[in-house]
Amino acid sequence: HRELYSAASQAPHGRIGMAAAPGGPQDAGKAAGTSSVLAPASPTPPRAVFFPWFGLDIGGTLVKLVYFEPKDITAEEEEEEVENLKSIRKYLTSNVAYGSTGIRDVHLELKDLTLCGRKGNLHFIRFPTHDMPAFIQMGSEKHFSSLHTTLCATGGGAYKFEQDFRTMGDLQLQKLDELDCLIKGVLYIDSVGFNGHSECYYFENPTDSEKCEKLPFNLENPYPLLLVNIGSGVSILAVYSKDNYKRVTGTSLGGGTFFGLCCLLTGCSTFEEALEMASRGDSTKVDKLVRDIYGGDYERFGLPGWAVASSFGNMVSKEKRESVSKEDLARATLITITNNIGSIARMCALNENINRVVFVGNFLRINTISMRLLAYALNYWSKGQLKALFLEHEGYFGAVGALLELLDTA
Amino acid sequence: MRIYLHTDEAGQERGAFKMAARGGRGGGSGHGSLDKSITLPPDEIFRNLENAKRFAIDIGGSLTKLAYYSTVQHKVARVRSFDHSGKDIEHESPYEVTVQEEITARLHFIKFENTYIETCLDFIKDHLVNTETKVIKATGGGAYKFKDLIEKKLGLKVDKEDVMTCLIKGCNFVLKNIPHEVFAYQKDSDTEFRFQTNHPNIFPYLLVNIGSGVSIVKVEMEDKFEWIGGSSIGGGTFWGLGALLTKTKKFDELLQLASKGQHTNVDMLVKDVYGGAYQTLGLSGNLIASSFGKSATADKDFSKEDMAKSLLHMISNDIGQLACLYAKLHNLDKIYFGGFFIRGHPVTMRTITYSINFFSKGEVQALFLRHEGYLGAIGAFLKGAEQDNPNQYSWGENYAGSSGLMSTSPDLCPMQRTRSGTFDMFEMDRLERPLVNLPLLKDSSTYIPDTVDLTDDAMARKYWLTCFEEALDGVAKRAAASQPDSIDAVERAEKFQQKYWNKLQTLRQQPFAYGTLTVRSLLDTREHCLNEFNFPDPYSKIKQKENGIALKCFQGVIESLDSLDWKERQLALVKGLLAGNVFDWGAKAVSDVLESETQFGFEEAKSKLQERPWLEDSYDEWLDRLKEGPPHKCALIFADNSGIDIILGVFPFVRELLSSGTEVILACNSGPALNDVTYSESLIVAEKIAAMDSVIQSALKEERLLLVQTGSSSPCLDLSRLDKGLAMLVRERKTDLVIIEGMGRAIHTNYYAALKCESLKLAVIKNSWLAERLGGKIFSVIFKYEVPRE
Repeated sequence: HRELYSAASQAPHGRIGMAAAPGGPQDAGKAAGTSSVLAPASPTPPRAVFFPWFGLDIGGTLVKLVYFEPKDITAEEEEEEVENLKSIRKYLTSNVAYGSTGIRDVHLELKDLTLCGRKGNLHFIRFPTHDMPAFIQMGSEKHFSSLHTTLCATGGGAYKFEQDFRTMGDLQLQKLDELDCLIKGVLYIDSVGFNGHSECYYFENPTDSEKCEKLPFNLENPYPLLLVNIGSGVSILAVYSKDNYKRVTGTSLGGGTFFGLCCLLTGCSTFEEALEMASRGDSTKVDKLVRDIYGGDYERFGLPGWAVASSFGNMVSKEKRESVSKEDLARATLITITNNIGSIARMCALNENINRVVFVGNFLRINTISMRLLAYALNYWSKGQLKALFLEHEGYFGAVGALLELLDTA
Repeated sequence: MRIYLHTDEAGQERGAFKMAARGGRGGGSGHGSLDKSITLPPDEIFRNLENAKRFAIDIGGSLTKLAYYSTVQHKVARVRSFDHSGKDIEHESPYEVTVQEEITARLHFIKFENTYIETCLDFIKDHLVNTETKVIKATGGGAYKFKDLIEKKLGLKVDKEDVMTCLIKGCNFVLKNIPHEVFAYQKDSDTEFRFQTNHPNIFPYLLVNIGSGVSIVKVEMEDKFEWIGGSSIGGGTFWGLGALLTKTKKFDELLQLASKGQHTNVDMLVKDVYGGAYQTLGLSGNLIASSFGKSATADKDFSKEDMAKSLLHMISNDIGQLACLYAKLHNLDKIYFGGFFIRGHPVTMRTITYSINFFSKGEVQALFLRHEGYLGAIGAFLKGAEQDNPNQYSWGENYAGSSGLMSTSPDLCPMQRTRSGTFDMFEMDRLERPLVNLPLLKDSSTYIPDTVDLTDDAMARKYWLTCFEEALDGVAKRAAASQPDSIDAVERAEKFQQKYWNKLQTLRQQPFAYGTLTVRSLLDTREHCLNEFNFPDPYSKIKQKENGIALKCFQGVIESLDSLDWKERQLALVKGLLAGNVFDWGAKAVSDVLESETQFGFEEAKSKLQERPWLEDSYDEWLDRLKEGPPHKCALIFADNSGIDIILGVFPFVRELLSSGTEVILACNSGPALNDVTYSESLIVAEKIAAMDSVIQSALKEERLLLVQTGSSSPCLDLSRLDKGLAMLVRERKTDLVIIEGMGRAIHTNYYAALKCESLKLAVIKNSWLAERLGGKIFSVIFKYEVPRE
């Protein structure tokens, strides 16, 4: 292990050092995963993955960044560590907030992880995609390009901002497919666990606030599973093995829709604010329920009275529009989007003949309402056939997958 | 979490008949407030109320659909042989024509805004004579709300029926009975409405009803259906959320906004995330990654139009996606969409079509129904009319009494955008006989009767509409002249003329109003309009005279044919058949000749015919077949005109077939159309000929010659809607030859019809334009002998 790191640290810094590691991920101009540098004529030295180790997932709304902080750095290494590398490490690990919008999810930090022979902590950081230019600017100021690492990035932004990285930051991105990364990340994090706890969990009695329990789920034999990634939009994947998966479908009604509609309907400005409002609202004032129409259950079709017949259906009436609160509207928006995702996921699970559905993505961050609703709805409408599962690191799997890609190339 | 709702909350559909508003109210009355200040034009809207029974009502959120059954008394022309007891009387005519009253059953459906419900109920009460009616079947979300009002006003007990059961019942009914009920919508093609031919087996199908929520129902059999799912994101979501976002209160105004907006200003597209397409997945950059995704990240105001458009896309895509998922799970490929979200709105039909196409990768087609808005009312009515066994009969759309698809859509007719007070109507006639497919059709599911689709072919459409317009005056005059003893014949003829003229104008604007526009539908519409004004058979006198004249010539023609050798005779028989077919009052070029040259006869007609080789000429193959093959087992002949055509053309031909050992089924129309020979006329004609000719006489007696009716009253021929008795006979007699005669039956329709047996299609083209189109001149001959390829 030591050799690896020292090999890296002993290599000359800068561009030349990069060239010394041919076939590596430095060759980032190519499309994701199709690195095609010619094999070197002379025997290669043991290859190292230079620090810093980053995985970047640039989504439509949020950028997710995972950073591996090595904790096994020897004094000797530390001495040789270049200054800007050190400063990056210090900056990231000593802060929990970066600028006005960057946040480190400290509670998600994976401690004492052994990754690629090194021991360290994995940090989870996010910031809005619209701050991407500032991020690139910072990378440029910190002379990130002088470090002989590769920036592995996934998500649509890896493509969208590739040019900016190159021109503003003098950085070549290694672009990676977001679904490959997502699955890789999920399988990895689940396998290492969450600091001794289970990464995967489910809800028992999800509708009962008294009895509702979050319980660990053993995802040891995960296949087949339906993976529902709820970011700004939603992607649904059927995963049959480590490298056999397909994208079943997707929907544009995702987290971005919830937040976007909430902004328009309530004037809120953050996701947290929207969720907070939703937690205080009552969607049944906004939605038209089965019982609003039939006085109770609609027995002909076996529909319970509490089921939503028409999302926002009551808002057709002027009087009711005037009597609902912003909180009610936020709640209804959340319920509408969540139910719809549950419904599509359920249909995909049935069509693919899969009964475990894993929900991930940042829409679920601090969003117990949605998770519990998904848990309940999936179970109820499938008559107990389907199980909704969740993962602690919700939205970070793509970024983790990108980091793993970086290390895999070594 | 999800379900459907059938409440019809959209206040959009408007009918053709404006109500005369009295008192000049602004018409701004909203839901719930009843407008009593109107006077109904009763003869146009609630027709035949005095004979009405079995009421049903479907009350949606804003529209009421009333259904009732009535018996319509109208005049029919009857032919009858003279009583031969008084032998001394010699008649000039071969039979007498009398006009009698006949009673037929009709279903009436009227759609109007809920605002008028009280006025309408009052009107019905005042005009309702039938006291047997005790109950009114009611369905729809509003049935409960108006229950007391209905019971009070009509004195009828309201009997509520399940909404979805009614919907499915109604859907099955129109799918079975109305040709071209189903259409696909293609905004960006020349023909927006692609009507489908009726498939003999309508099950199974998926019905996606988009009311305030969405219901997805799988229908497997007449009375077997299952709610398989739904979604709470439906029309109510569009309306409710749209009202919140845009402060626009009305559903149709929201749709108007949406049709003007740009969703890309509000939605986050794939290219907004990727900078371009997501190539590894082949997702285009223009796909929506996140609906309303931009409204979260951008600090700006969004236009109402853009938000409405984004919302429309969001909801349509979501419904389409779920519908496809359900269709896949249940292995179904027919999805019909209905509910107020769809009803008559090109905007939503377009987005739903797009979505289904996208999510099914083109494997599933979104289908819509012309009478979608009436399904609930039809179903509720059928529920109440079970003792009349309406499902045992065949029914036909009455073009005269129906408003037509979207004839009043604000999108298509900006002139109709007046706030309210318009009525839409739909009428169906009970056909006397059940109709089925001709068993000899090669593939009944792909059979299309009509040769030219005038909705598609703009040039042909223009020509034929003008052609029918130009002929209208003459038709009206002849109608009036056919009833010289009637004091109001002229007035009725004028009304007929006005009505048909209006229909033609509607069809110019909206060729899709009654399904695929064809020469056949134009002809049928004219017949319906004539019947509407009690001109059941304007040509009865002409036919009577011509039959008389032709009968007198019969023996002479037979003698001259018998003097020829076999080969000459075959050609003479065919020429006779073709010459007879010249006598067509439906063709203007001919009717002009017939009116001016009273001496124009069989020989003159023969001289008009094109010389061989004919425009379409497989006569040699036909002759070879007759010469070399065994005689046909049984021939089915669809005859065309009365007079010379049937008597001097068809009968000698029939006689030859009989002589060579072939049995003959001679099929004539059940009801009159132009101067086409009717079944009852054919019976008399056959009787008269039998009296002169032993071959015909013995064939009739031995039932080697059978006269049957087609079940139709059209100058054209739809082989998928034929009398059940005819179909049975065709099977029993092992029919192996079908002969279709005349322009209407063999050219306008069935020119390309593929049959399982040999067929002969022959006609004389009596229209220069059509002849030119086919590469010939007027009086060109079509002689098309076909043998099915194995």
